Amino acid sequence: MSKSVGRSVTRVDAREKATGRARYTDDLCGREALVVKICHSTIAHGFVKSIDTALAEAVPGVVKVLTCFEAPDVPFPTAGHPWSTDPSHQDVADRLLLNRHVRYYGDEVAAVIAEDEVAAAQGVRALKVEYEELPFVLDVQEAMADGAPQLHEEYKNNILGHSDVRRGDYEAARREPGLIKVEGWYDTPTVQHCHIENHGCFAYEEAGRMVVVSSTQIPHIVRRVVGQALGMPWGKVRIIKPYIGGGFGNKQDALYEPLCAWCSAQVGGRLVKLECSREETFASNRVRHAIRTHIISYVRPDGTLAARKFESFSNQGAYASHGHGVNAKGMNAFPQLYPCPNVECDSWTVYTNRPAAGAMRGYGIPQAMFAGESHIDDICRAVGMTPLEFRRKNLMPVGYVDGFSKNELYHDTFNQCMDKGIEAIDYLRKYEAYKNQTGPIRRGVGLAVFWYNTAVWPISLESSSCRMVLNQDGSLQFQTGETEIGQGCDTAYSQMVADAVGIPFEHVHVVSTQDTDVTPFGTGAYASRQTYIGGFSIMQTALALRERILNIAHEQTRMPVSNLDLVDGQIVRKSDGRVLKSLGDLATESLYSLEHSQHITAETTAQIKSNAYSFGCSFAEVEVDIPMCKVKLLRMVNVHDCGRLINPALAEAQVHGGMSMAIGYGLSEELKFDEKTGKPLNGNLLDYKLSTFMDHPTLEAAFVENPEPTSPYGTKALGEPPACSGAPAIRNAVLNATGVAIDCCPITPHVFYRKFCEAGLIEE
Amino acid sequence: MYDMKALYQAKSVEDAVVLRLAHPEAQIIAGGSDVLVQMREGRRAGAELISIQTLDEIRGVSMEDDGTLRIGSLTSFSHITRDPLIQKYIRVLGEAVDQVGGPQIRNIGTIGGNTCNGVTSADSASTLHAWDAIVELTGPQGVRRQPIAEFYIKAGQVDIREGEIQTAILIPRESYENCFGHYIKYAMRNAMDIATLGTSVNVRLSADKKTVERARVAFGVAGPVPLRAAHAEALAAGQPVSLDLADRFARAVKEDINPRDSWRAAKDFRLHIAVESARRAFIESVKLAGGAL
Repeated sequence: MSKSVGRSVTRVDAREKATGRARYTDDLCGREALVVKICHSTIAHGFVKSIDTALAEAVPGVVKVLTCFEAPDVPFPTAGHPWSTDPSHQDVADRLLLNRHVRYYGDEVAAVIAEDEVAAAQGVRALKVEYEELPFVLDVQEAMADGAPQLHEEYKNNILGHSDVRRGDYEAARREPGLIKVEGWYDTPTVQHCHIENHGCFAYEEAGRMVVVSSTQIPHIVRRVVGQALGMPWGKVRIIKPYIGGGFGNKQDALYEPLCAWCSAQVGGRLVKLECSREETFASNRVRHAIRTHIISYVRPDGTLAARKFESFSNQGAYASHGHGVNAKGMNAFPQLYPCPNVECDSWTVYTNRPAAGAMRGYGIPQAMFAGESHIDDICRAVGMTPLEFRRKNLMPVGYVDGFSKNELYHDTFNQCMDKGIEAIDYLRKYEAYKNQTGPIRRGVGLAVFWYNTAVWPISLESSSCRMVLNQDGSLQFQTGETEIGQGCDTAYSQMVADAVGIPFEHVHVVSTQDTDVTPFGTGAYASRQTYIGGFSIMQTALALRERILNIAHEQTRMPVSNLDLVDGQIVRKSDGRVLKSLGDLATESLYSLEHSQHITAETTAQIKSNAYSFGCSFAEVEVDIPMCKVKLLRMVNVHDCGRLINPALAEAQVHGGMSMAIGYGLSEELKFDEKTGKPLNGNLLDYKLSTFMDHPTLEAAFVENPEPTSPYGTKALGEPPACSGAPAIRNAVLNATGVAIDCCPITPHVFYRKFCEAGLIEE
Repeated sequence: MYDMKALYQAKSVEDAVVLRLAHPEAQIIAGGSDVLVQMREGRRAGAELISIQTLDEIRGVSMEDDGTLRIGSLTSFSHITRDPLIQKYIRVLGEAVDQVGGPQIRNIGTIGGNTCNGVTSADSASTLHAWDAIVELTGPQGVRRQPIAEFYIKAGQVDIREGEIQTAILIPRESYENCFGHYIKYAMRNAMDIATLGTSVNVRLSADKKTVERARVAFGVAGPVPLRAAHAEALAAGQPVSLDLADRFARAVKEDINPRDSWRAAKDFRLHIAVESARRAFIESVKLAGGAL
């Protein structure tokens, strides 16, 4: 079957995007649009007492000012999760369009609608907002303490969620004589996705329905949320998702679509647009959860694990968004990655007065891997084993099955990936060579593995729908509810369609835009699920289309269906391989037949009741300049087993992007907050240190291709995994270079300075 | 879309002076890489602007009869870096401004704007201080020249008087002759960043390359404005070239600098980096000058 799958075909959108023709949300917005600008709170916690709008309304060009006193008191959830018809599994609805009770610096209190951007900005500046201030809390553990400022009444001690895992008897097991105790606390930062295109959307009414065009990953979910927020029947909401300039999970949330739609409704359904500035993206969209993790391991001198304890404290910020799911995912990886008979795990997700944390590439795993994989190297030092030896001995064995998800490790993935990385970076030789260095400049190599799984079954719905429509020339259009967000799924899907239907790749036309009025239902881009999940409905729909085509071929050629095949766009008689007619001739005949005209289409929904592990590792080589408190990343290699590669070039690009994110996470990125006011200190691309090309070595991606047996295409997650293990690999390389065990990321020069002073490597 | 009240386009330096007098509240705009950003942030929203962007008469690098190097205020960073006179006589300045922002910013950003901004972190500023640059201002009374150290009044404020515009940066011959320098930009990433600390050192060695005749060092972000470290300079002058001298020179900079504690960097960290940077920049300068270490 495979003619297209497995080849590095050129992206289907490459020309449009490279020439600037591809149209994004703002390109599609009419010039007559009114502009919405949001007035954000300038306190971290409190109540809006009054808003004086007189001066704002007097600004020439201002059309309307809407405040929190007029916004409906209808709380809605924003997380980009499939809806659950079971109320106990529904997302927490704690968000309003505009807020009287403001819970973070940057919360929405009013919106100004004006004829242009300048007037709207002037209007916002002219608003006089009076607050009643309340004490606020930024730290996750302080927020859990009795007496801490309370953000949402119904969540005592600000605890939004708690879950645990218990295996064996931790307390008894840790008393075994001769055990070595290794304990650590690991901190990860608040970071932002920093997609190139800030979130923006525009809304208007058409024939009594609300249309919203948005830069989102999840159009069908946003439709539901807009309906919920505005109290409209969901069928009266239409969401259109054009090309988007990245999302990384930030746009796996309803962001400002509900507010924009409400603003349109308040001005008689006129076209209004709302575009976030970069500063708003940092302060008032979503961020990655900062998670503090505490790990205790009791290890036998032979390097086996006797008992382990894990506690994680996740900083949710002011609103639930994706909530506890993120922290829970990280915790659940812990007992699986290094199985140990006696384990106690607890995870808490806690409201604080920071921007709401939501989904971000890796969904709790980069945090869990930074803590877990740093801790493994700390264990290695304590018991005198090499990082490689310990991992080979303790990592999840082949044949391991997770009882909940039914995921199985079918292949010796970890060893195969590590072997590839070891060879690529010359790890064994360098690890030994770098052991006993002295002097100001030292080198080191480090390794970290990661755990990941694909999609969300059995926690949430997994289904995918696909539609295919055949054209007169034998080409076809196809649509899915899964969305292209820059990762390349339009191309991968086109390859899958070509092979499954039996037509040349060039005959496949993807409908890239999702429009909830016409696109089959699908929940969108998240959980690294697109290629895996989409593959099911593409295969199923292709088989249905083939069946229709071959039945028509029977009508047209008199041959029985059992003797017919569709190969490379030709109807072939199987018995002698003769081409009977082209698919184009068949389709034309069928459509224009005076006897039996048929429009040839297929549409199906696939039920997906499986999930798949997707594992791999990172290797890093660093050069640490101790007096300058700087690290230079010399080499970085990621190795992934994501099953069979659909498009090797796109897979490599996906890995490069994730590695870049991991480098920033490990070394430079952190959104900081003023302890005195709760204000973000560096919410812009100058002060927030997103890493640049100049901070990267040549990024090296390698793959182990063990086909995933549950996938029709043998494929599984690759979207998020590349961002998961880079930061701890860098941290462990620094440990190898200097002997200094860093307990937080990003490992900035400030952290190095403090740690090197403590270690006596530099004079204070 | 910028919130701009008015834009006046100057046709010559003389015309710019007339416009400055007619619109004393107006902001001068050259490359726009700072002014437009500030307008977007709302800090200069509703501003009147006087654009001097098209005044080619103050663009470019030239040598005056007395050997003074003249850098027109509108000369962009990328032109400074690639200019043969700069490369020959004050190469370190070209290297320093090549670390501003990214390529696009270096194509539009000007050395005049960089200095008139009055910020301590400007990549050109520490080197211009270390090379005793002279700022040339043109106003209603004609041309006024002023040492750069006096041009900087306080953070964000420089000595530009009524009706004046900055027209050139001058480097006197005595300042650059036989001098070799090195700049270390200490930042949190390798591009698109502002300096956490900027260190510019230059030395003039004796003919036999064994003695330091003169050493100069200036820092950005070690105080509210760029500043020189006089104690270190005095300590090194006339001393034999050695690694020990580099160490003593570096430690002495602490006598003169006063970095502050901020969320961007702690004071003790900045002091530590200042000493290490001074040491490395001194050693590098000596090597460039032909000294052996």
